[in-house]
Amino acid sequence: MSDAIGILAANLAPAEEARTPEARVAGAMRSFVQEIGAMSAFRLESCIHCGICSDACHFYIATEDPQYTPIWKVEPFKQAYKREASPFAPLFKLLGLKRAVTADQLEHWQHLLFDSCNMCGRCSLICPMGIDVASLIEQARHAMFDAGLAPKELYQKAAHQRETGQPEASAEPYRDQLLAIGARFGVEIPLDKPEAEIMLCVPRTDIEHYPSAVAALARVVQHLGVSCTFRSDGLVAENYGYYAGGKEWQREISLRLIEQAIACKAKILLVPECGHAYTALRWEAADLYGKPLPFKVRHVTEFLADELQSGHLKLTPAGTGKTTFHDPCQLVRKGGVNDAPRALMTAMGIKLDELKNHGGFSYCCGGGGGVLDIERAAPLRYRTMENKLREIDDTGATTFVTSCSDCRRTFDDAQAHFNWDKTTHSLLELVANNLLTAASRP
Amino acid sequence: MDLLGFARGPALKVALVVFCLGVVWRIVGFGLLRIRRDWNKPRASVLKYLFGGAVTVATRSMPHPEFIARTGPGEALGYSYHLGLFAVVLLFTPHIIFLGSLFGLLWPGLPSGVITVISVLTLTLFVAVLFRRVTNPVMRMLSNFDDYFSWFITMAVLVSGLAATAHVGARYETLLALHILTVDVLLIWFPFGKLMHAFYIFPSRAINGAILARKGATS
Repeated sequence: MSDAIGILAANLAPAEEARTPEARVAGAMRSFVQEIGAMSAFRLESCIHCGICSDACHFYIATEDPQYTPIWKVEPFKQAYKREASPFAPLFKLLGLKRAVTADQLEHWQHLLFDSCNMCGRCSLICPMGIDVASLIEQARHAMFDAGLAPKELYQKAAHQRETGQPEASAEPYRDQLLAIGARFGVEIPLDKPEAEIMLCVPRTDIEHYPSAVAALARVVQHLGVSCTFRSDGLVAENYGYYAGGKEWQREISLRLIEQAIACKAKILLVPECGHAYTALRWEAADLYGKPLPFKVRHVTEFLADELQSGHLKLTPAGTGKTTFHDPCQLVRKGGVNDAPRALMTAMGIKLDELKNHGGFSYCCGGGGGVLDIERAAPLRYRTMENKLREIDDTGATTFVTSCSDCRRTFDDAQAHFNWDKTTHSLLELVANNLLTAASRP
Repeated sequence: MDLLGFARGPALKVALVVFCLGVVWRIVGFGLLRIRRDWNKPRASVLKYLFGGAVTVATRSMPHPEFIARTGPGEALGYSYHLGLFAVVLLFTPHIIFLGSLFGLLWPGLPSGVITVISVLTLTLFVAVLFRRVTNPVMRMLSNFDDYFSWFITMAVLVSGLAATAHVGARYETLLALHILTVDVLLIWFPFGKLMHAFYIFPSRAINGAILARKGATS
């Protein structure tokens, strides 16, 4: 039995284990074609096999390996669609023109759909037919999850988060860690208030790796004097159900936050510096909820840029010297948070030395979409990062900033791996350190 | 009935019926699948995202500057042969007369000498396109019967058309019959393969552009 099939068995509930891998794959492909919808069908129908999407993908650009061509990553699903649900499906089936997808085939595609795709969406900007390949990949991940083929790291974290609200067990519950961070940094942590205008949540990455970013969030909201609260039962921003492709789990994990925001009558659910959390909450949660959310979902940089514009937030010069910025894909390219980070940096007197590919065209850090969590993906991830690090170095900047803690962690990991000379800074922390207070006024 | 009569008589009629029904079914077939409502609050107004869709229809014809170094030559090749095909199909006087008989509209054409030059250039580009498809590792991996047969039948139409115009290889009537027969085959094949992208390209770009514009994202 291969590793992937091993994972397949390990990822399934006992009742499912009785089914053969082939039966599970057949079931997963059936659910894929049933779930597909007209929009995705149109995308699959439209591909002209030009391969241009490869020229946008950092995995292909780094390796020149054709298998990393974005649209190829959904090839078995295209095959299943043509055979099972396309307008000429009976013809394809009758004449044997499209074979049924096999367990072996999907086993190979696990590497292509999870280890070598961040769902960053750069390929969706290059396709001459206008196909949103990233959304097809997200749907293909759902089928892989149903087939028991989500990588074990993502599956296990998703299962744990669904069960407990935390992607991993910790010596101290996150709630206690949050309070400890407040005490350590001397900032009040608003927790479990029965009512608040804004509900806060926090990336697990920040709790575990960047407590200063958690403190920065608390300091900024305290400075603005807004009514806000964290909620013990809806603390974690990330959604490992989204990463793993478990749509129902994604829904349940999102619901945890939605219900808490409703319970405290929040008008805004403030997403911290986490790109995929923003996609999951801003652009997918309402669909999974089945109706519009009764509150706004705002990224912290959007919220702060609004406060800046309304005059509630004033910042002092940051004095960061030559500075460049990494645009997190999920916030900018897929999320539309284009101007807010730059507005904040401008207010701190930062004149950016932009990366060659920036804004909507920025290269992904390489760690998004759960790739940073997949251990076996590390060598390939490092290879793809070389281009990105070179781009950053080419700006001549000495300060490097981003607004997503998963991106930050990916770059910090690269710093250790490559002995890279840059430390990645959080934009939120930069804001928190440069608040214009009575004490800082000249 | 001679070959020419068959080609432009019953064969063309069957081909046109298959073409029309096939195209309609190919579009209706997936259009019958459910369309999910997007409950997430848009960042932009309906007008803005419709405008975003319309803009993307136009802008996606030109690669973004960030991509052009990698994709420019391939896209130039692709768009060039498409332009050549449009010129030959739509601006050659006998074609205009044929299309006019179908749609009741006539428009000025190009001199046949110019069309011949465009045809030869298009044919050359077509050979280059095939060469690229079989030598480029990405395209070779993605390619299947549909790609090669669609190339072959379009090429057959071009070659037979050129031969008929130049009166090379056989009697004119035979060459014309062969040309029309290749068109008949192309029309029959059209709804089943990638040639359908002629109908998909603009709606597909518009949908992607509108979805991204709805989020306020770059398209």
